Amino acid sequence: MTSEETVAVPTGDRVRDTRSGRGARRRPGPPGEPRRVAYLYLLPGFVVLTLFLLAPLVYAAWLSLFAWDGLSPGTWVGLQNYVDVLTDPTLRAPFGHALVLVVFFSFIPVVLGLFAASLLTRSTVRGRGIFQAVVFVPQVIALTVVAVAWKRILAPDGPLNDALRAIGLDGIARGWLGDPSTALVAIGLVGTWLGTGLCTVLFLAGLSRVDRAIYDAARLDGAGFFRETLAVSLPSLRNELAVALTLTMVAALRTFDLVYLMTSGGPGGATAVPAYEVYMKSMRQGDVGTGVTIALLLAAFIMVLTVLVNRIPEREDR
Amino acid sequence: MTVRAVKKPVLAVAVAAVSAVLALSACTPGGGGGDDGEDAKPEDISTDVASMGDITLDVWDQEVRGGQAKQIEALNAAFEAKYPNVTIKRTSKSFDDLQKTVRLAITNDDPPDVVQVNNGRADMGQFVAAGLLRSLDGYAEVYGWDERFPESVRSTASYSDDGKTFGEGTLYGMAQVGEMVGLWYDKQKLGSLGIEPPQTLEEMESAMKAAKAAGELPVQLGNAEAWPAIHDFGVAMNQYVPRDDTRALGYGRKGASWTSDENVQGADLFKSWVDEGYLTPDFNAVPNDTAWRDFAKGQGVFMIGGTWYQADLEAAMGDDLGFALPPVGPVGEPAVTGGTGLPFAITEASEHADAAAAYLDFLTNADAMKVIQENGGLPVIDGDAASATGVGKEVITAWNKVTEEDALVPYLDWATPDMSDLLGQQLQKLSAGTIDTAAFLDTLEKSYTDFTDQNE
Repeated sequence: MTSEETVAVPTGDRVRDTRSGRGARRRPGPPGEPRRVAYLYLLPGFVVLTLFLLAPLVYAAWLSLFAWDGLSPGTWVGLQNYVDVLTDPTLRAPFGHALVLVVFFSFIPVVLGLFAASLLTRSTVRGRGIFQAVVFVPQVIALTVVAVAWKRILAPDGPLNDALRAIGLDGIARGWLGDPSTALVAIGLVGTWLGTGLCTVLFLAGLSRVDRAIYDAARLDGAGFFRETLAVSLPSLRNELAVALTLTMVAALRTFDLVYLMTSGGPGGATAVPAYEVYMKSMRQGDVGTGVTIALLLAAFIMVLTVLVNRIPEREDR
Repeated sequence: MTVRAVKKPVLAVAVAAVSAVLALSACTPGGGGGDDGEDAKPEDISTDVASMGDITLDVWDQEVRGGQAKQIEALNAAFEAKYPNVTIKRTSKSFDDLQKTVRLAITNDDPPDVVQVNNGRADMGQFVAAGLLRSLDGYAEVYGWDERFPESVRSTASYSDDGKTFGEGTLYGMAQVGEMVGLWYDKQKLGSLGIEPPQTLEEMESAMKAAKAAGELPVQLGNAEAWPAIHDFGVAMNQYVPRDDTRALGYGRKGASWTSDENVQGADLFKSWVDEGYLTPDFNAVPNDTAWRDFAKGQGVFMIGGTWYQADLEAAMGDDLGFALPPVGPVGEPAVTGGTGLPFAITEASEHADAAAAYLDFLTNADAMKVIQENGGLPVIDGDAASATGVGKEVITAWNKVTEEDALVPYLDWATPDMSDLLGQQLQKLSAGTIDTAAFLDTLEKSYTDFTDQNE
């Protein structure tokens, strides 16, 4: 649980230091064990955490056990909501779509970012600062603006199709967001456009710490660009990699804005994602139980993935 | 500084917190909601607003566009002038925004007195079931609303007290304007094709064919939002399905079916329009706002859509704009999808229900209907075609014909709380060719019967 990671107390080392001059007060106990009063220091943080995170989470879990329209008294259904979400293909499909988005929002930007960062580090490119700023721009633009702009670009009479027709590819031109086979990928590519800049800048920062001598040594050993990237850049970027993966994967899994504004989950549910379903079920269709259940499963899913991704930098410490 | 994660105490306290919260919420969610308090009896109702002291009526409406906004502003001002002791605190939001926020506002401890609520089960139906709206039956008797509005209009805002039966029972809302889905057409284009507005399905299809052959787009449609095609589909359905069957389906009655032969014919008809290329290419990717603007700019001979487009289309097209009722199909009886604009309802928790009812009466009386028509709206009753101008004449004539012939059928997406989303989604699939009409109707049937079975 993330709560366990964020709540941390000084270990015994530090506590012992403060006690060293006052041996008389020292109470018996295993060495390194903090005094109980230390837990008191946790209290303010824990109260805030409980009020704004744990209590809502527990309440959500409670709600997920009811069939509730958000208005009249709910009906206890036990785990039926979970069974429904996990077995009903139309409720399960959004999770599959979210995984597809992870590829486009996370994996592809990480690869592209790594490539771009290596390239920029390896050579002294003119106007590097401008390039860095430009790839990062998508991160600075509000998502609603991004969605509206891309919706226009991808429209049947939008610039993308105009360009395709101009070079004679009329057969490919289509309403990208209105075709069930392309809508999800189209949204995914917007995510790629969004995430690549973030990954590039993160990796550039990481690579700037790497001793140039290692690259020189690698080159002396005859390493080319790809070899150099794999053998030198990648291992030194473990921390940045974990950060980049965490940020982009979470962004992919909780995607709402882009779907809401670009396709409303359509056409025919082809771009329905969990966060959008949570909204539709709880706020529009009066099915709060199902909506909350989807939200909880999504949160659990994100948590598991985050824990897995955060093992990447730990390995380095050992 | 080294840190160490503390696991056990967090866990212990978390468990404690869980128990505490569970103890607190021993009641089921929503248990503290509205109560089915006593409904106002006609003899207890006061219509003497002037003697009620200083009152502020909190009103939430969605009359934000052009003429709609003007008529409600005028009527609000007139009401305040008539009763100086009443202040109307108006909160207006667009239809979409109102739908999103009204659910939270109405369950609030201090809800608005009057809200405009969508008729469907996901909105008015659930609010009624939760006891959040006030029965208007007593007021209807006092103010004579039963005589003022025909039954087909009142039924669109009527539910049983448990919210389970839609279309009959207690009156919960009063609407100002009528609403129907018809055939908008471009007079110039239709004229140059040498065609009259189609009266029958045959004429409609040959008109679409002729338009296509002449290089025109027969029917403009933008369906990125998934709901606009529901109206095109509804017109296709009405060609074959008897209107009583459509009513049973629209009001979500048990026993009605999506898989009757007539429904198959209707769905096939819609699909054939798609396959023949009569609708906008890639319409699932075209936003609705783009579509009606394109139609106004001269792309498309017809556009199937509601009377809510009237003000915008007329402003852009002027005298080129025409409106006709949808053609009458092989079923032989006219059926027109529609109902009323969003009805105004009074919340159960309102402390000024009598004043609110007087306000509803004021918004829907004969004088108000004149104000609505003057501002380009379609008055739900007493529409005077003779004094109307432009396309308003055609719209009001059509509406009066529909109400006289009892041709009004409810929106198909009213049937169940999620029918609007499901139907829109399935129509996108049907038109994209990912499912056939059989699979399309089966999905609707399953969701429909699941709902009607448990809605007893």
